[in-house]
Amino acid sequence: MKHDAIVIGAGHNGLANAAFLAKAGMKVLVLEKNPWIGGAAVSRELHEGWIYSNCSYVCSLLRPEIYRNLNLAKHGLQVIPYGGGVTFLRNGDIMGNYIDHDVKRREIARHSKRDADAYHRFSRDVTRQCRFIRDFLLRTPPDPTSFRPRDIYELLYTMKKFLNLGERTMYETIRFYSMSVGDYLDEYFESDMVKAHFSGSGIIGTALGVYSPGTAYVLLHHYMGDIDGSAGAWGFARGGMGSVSKALAGALQEHGGEIRTDAGVDRIIVNNGRVSGVALENGDEIHADIVVSNLDPKRTFLKLFDEKDLDPRMVERARNFKIRGSSGKLNIALDGAPDFPALGENNPLRVGDMHFVDSMERLERAFDDWKNGMWSRDPYVDCLIPTLTDPTMAPPGKHFMSCFVQYVPPKVKGKDWTDEDRDAFGKVVIDQIGRYSPNFKDLILHVEVRTPRELEAEVGLTEGNIFQGELTMDQLMFNRPFPGYAQYRGPMKGMYMCGSGTHPGGGVMAAPGANAAREILADMKRTNVVPETELDD
Amino acid sequence: MNQKEHFRKFVYQTAFDSRTSRLNQLKAVHRWKDYLVADAYEDVALEYFAMRNSTGVFDLCPMTKHKISGPDALDYLNRLLTRDVSKLKPARVSYCVWCDDDGQVIDDGTVFHMREGEYMLCSQERQLDWLSISALGFDVTIEEVTHDIAALAVQGPTSCAILRDMGLANIEKLKPFGITWFDFEGSELMVSRTGFTGDLGYEVWIEPAKAEALWDALFAAGRIRGIRAIGTHALEMTRIEAGFIQAGVDFLPADSAVRHGRTRSPFELGLSWLVDFKKPNFTGRQALLAEKERGSRFNLVKLDIEGNKPAKDAYIYNGKNKVVGTVTSAMWSPTAKANIALASLHAPWGKPGDDLYAEIYYQRELKWNRVKARATVVEGVFFDPERRKVTPARDY
Repeated sequence: MKHDAIVIGAGHNGLANAAFLAKAGMKVLVLEKNPWIGGAAVSRELHEGWIYSNCSYVCSLLRPEIYRNLNLAKHGLQVIPYGGGVTFLRNGDIMGNYIDHDVKRREIARHSKRDADAYHRFSRDVTRQCRFIRDFLLRTPPDPTSFRPRDIYELLYTMKKFLNLGERTMYETIRFYSMSVGDYLDEYFESDMVKAHFSGSGIIGTALGVYSPGTAYVLLHHYMGDIDGSAGAWGFARGGMGSVSKALAGALQEHGGEIRTDAGVDRIIVNNGRVSGVALENGDEIHADIVVSNLDPKRTFLKLFDEKDLDPRMVERARNFKIRGSSGKLNIALDGAPDFPALGENNPLRVGDMHFVDSMERLERAFDDWKNGMWSRDPYVDCLIPTLTDPTMAPPGKHFMSCFVQYVPPKVKGKDWTDEDRDAFGKVVIDQIGRYSPNFKDLILHVEVRTPRELEAEVGLTEGNIFQGELTMDQLMFNRPFPGYAQYRGPMKGMYMCGSGTHPGGGVMAAPGANAAREILADMKRTNVVPETELDD
Repeated sequence: MNQKEHFRKFVYQTAFDSRTSRLNQLKAVHRWKDYLVADAYEDVALEYFAMRNSTGVFDLCPMTKHKISGPDALDYLNRLLTRDVSKLKPARVSYCVWCDDDGQVIDDGTVFHMREGEYMLCSQERQLDWLSISALGFDVTIEEVTHDIAALAVQGPTSCAILRDMGLANIEKLKPFGITWFDFEGSELMVSRTGFTGDLGYEVWIEPAKAEALWDALFAAGRIRGIRAIGTHALEMTRIEAGFIQAGVDFLPADSAVRHGRTRSPFELGLSWLVDFKKPNFTGRQALLAEKERGSRFNLVKLDIEGNKPAKDAYIYNGKNKVVGTVTSAMWSPTAKANIALASLHAPWGKPGDDLYAEIYYQRELKWNRVKARATVVEGVFFDPERRKVTPARDY
């Protein structure tokens, strides 16, 4: 049977891409190397009775337009907001980011009265940046060197949006995109604890320190989402992040799309300068005029292609693409809810994200370890217990804890990870949490420790980079993944990219997949079915 | 309040809570900054008329208050505020606004010159961030004292008599915008002839520990002069009648504005009288001078609207059926017997005599109707009783 399009990789972007193509009437086949679908948005039972969101673990950026257009609610997706976050301080105190506006303000005021008022200015300015970027998430970046009418139109649209910011915000925007999260927060806050709390969003998934330029944007990347209009809110996908993939797969299948698991692609077949299908690892060939890669740019161009089929410059670009591994993950089954005495009983923050690094210096030092080829001895951990909110992921009274860890190097002192290294890294994280929760270690039933080695081997992300490539200016907008290739089209006819390595990047947005579908449909001269951004005025 | 366990209490009770909560039959409250305050105690109309006929008492505790002192306090305030603070003598209060660098209003409020060189700034919004940024280069101490001072507005024709009967000797001699001090059970009671009602009225300020005693003394003295606790809804009516604007309602505080172009300059709020270009420097001066030359974008006007349907949230049209602005506050005025509104109109609209109409949606027994009512620009205040200004204040 001939397919119109083959999508390589059943991650959420591959599924979103395929779902829109199928909705537009194309015969689509999604190929997945693993026995399960979802890529980095998965729910996996790795300990009997416990469901782990073992890669991505929270949801905010998933485009509401896609959620609605593909009817993901009908296909079982429900995203539930969670309440706030907390940083545990070494002195036994906390810095809590309560969701209630006034409680949050009073909490910041405990650390600095002035910072409590400055938070108002901080949220205003971040909201300005969010509003600016949001409209571009479901748009294809214009090629600034092109004179095609569409590129010129899109450039003018970008310029108009930029001018609408007003003079001062225009200046601030240019500064913002090149600043470090540390420098940015210094312009608002005086308390080191307050800054440490808010700067975590600037380094998640990023091989940069809190004082490295470019990390202010990474903070925005974590603030630009919303849940039902509540800006910046994060939530849990009920049943784990696999529910996102499952719902997208449901939408795909509703429109007649097909998914094949245990079907790793060995290479993309190129004939006469255009793609004609894929060869599977088992030797089978499947033909289609359109092949969409949901893999990261490095894997796509250096593993799926014969390098000789590509321009040397393309190969060079792919080699140089920045996709450094800097994150790890611990997934833990707990026999009960751990106590965090510093929170006090029934603190609403216990259902939020928890962090254990209380100063900018400790954060920067954590990055220093990574530069030296080691996991951070005092890491930044984004720790959540989704089962305090979601009753479906563990037996009643038992809990699943998700610990995202920054920084973890792709290689240890230049050598491949060993199991001993992995366990030593896991111990550092468990010890850090144990310092703030006396009964935590006794409650542990099972731990899955994932270093860049495991993330790459299983999920397929090069070096385990959660964004399929770093979110720095040289790799954003019309530079993502490479200059000249930001409109989802590959270097030869029929080849497309739809992963987070393309605009607007990672974070479980499903936007790259949707945007790529729009471009494919345009090339196929089919009616567009990909929704536009719901504009706010 | 600054303990780690503060999260157990999302909202605070004001220093008068033991008294106000007992009177609050409706249990209708809303959040005002850190506190819960009454929307209304028994009946909005009765509370409104208490302020226009006898005396209404409004709990002001949540209002944001900053003490400003130090050698450069005057210079600092003169740079911060658009009006000339050097003219503000001790024991006097003045209405004021302050702007950002672009001449856009951050907030309005009152500045109290208490004793020589000691000031208090009262505002709707929290200001510590902006006040601190503005303090760079000044030898000045800024202290947020919102929670350290309990305050009541005592407003209405019999307010002076009540305070006098309470034992505040010579209170009738206090001029509008004047401040005076008394001993109250060993504590200092500050009284200012100020308020948000445009009527005869006072604001009383005391340490929170004496708040309940002050309330009791006030209500004991006021019992025979029609004293009544009033909520925010009734106060809102009096402030619209008085033509006072409110942050977040009639203008968007500049430090809250996410969208460009949503803020207003003092000129665009009808507050040009608060801008003193004779001062060599104040925040926003250059931008306001430029605006004066270039012309403003908006006019905030008072409107008298034909008919009796309150023009809440109405669009304002010109005679050619083009939208030229929106209503920001509106009500039927029981005292002026007029259908009044404040509206922000695009310049040049808003001059007396302009041909304007309000598009009003209203409901009768779940049926919605629409009228287009002629709107007349009014100069001056909708209700401006003589007793507001007369000194010595009499027993009205």
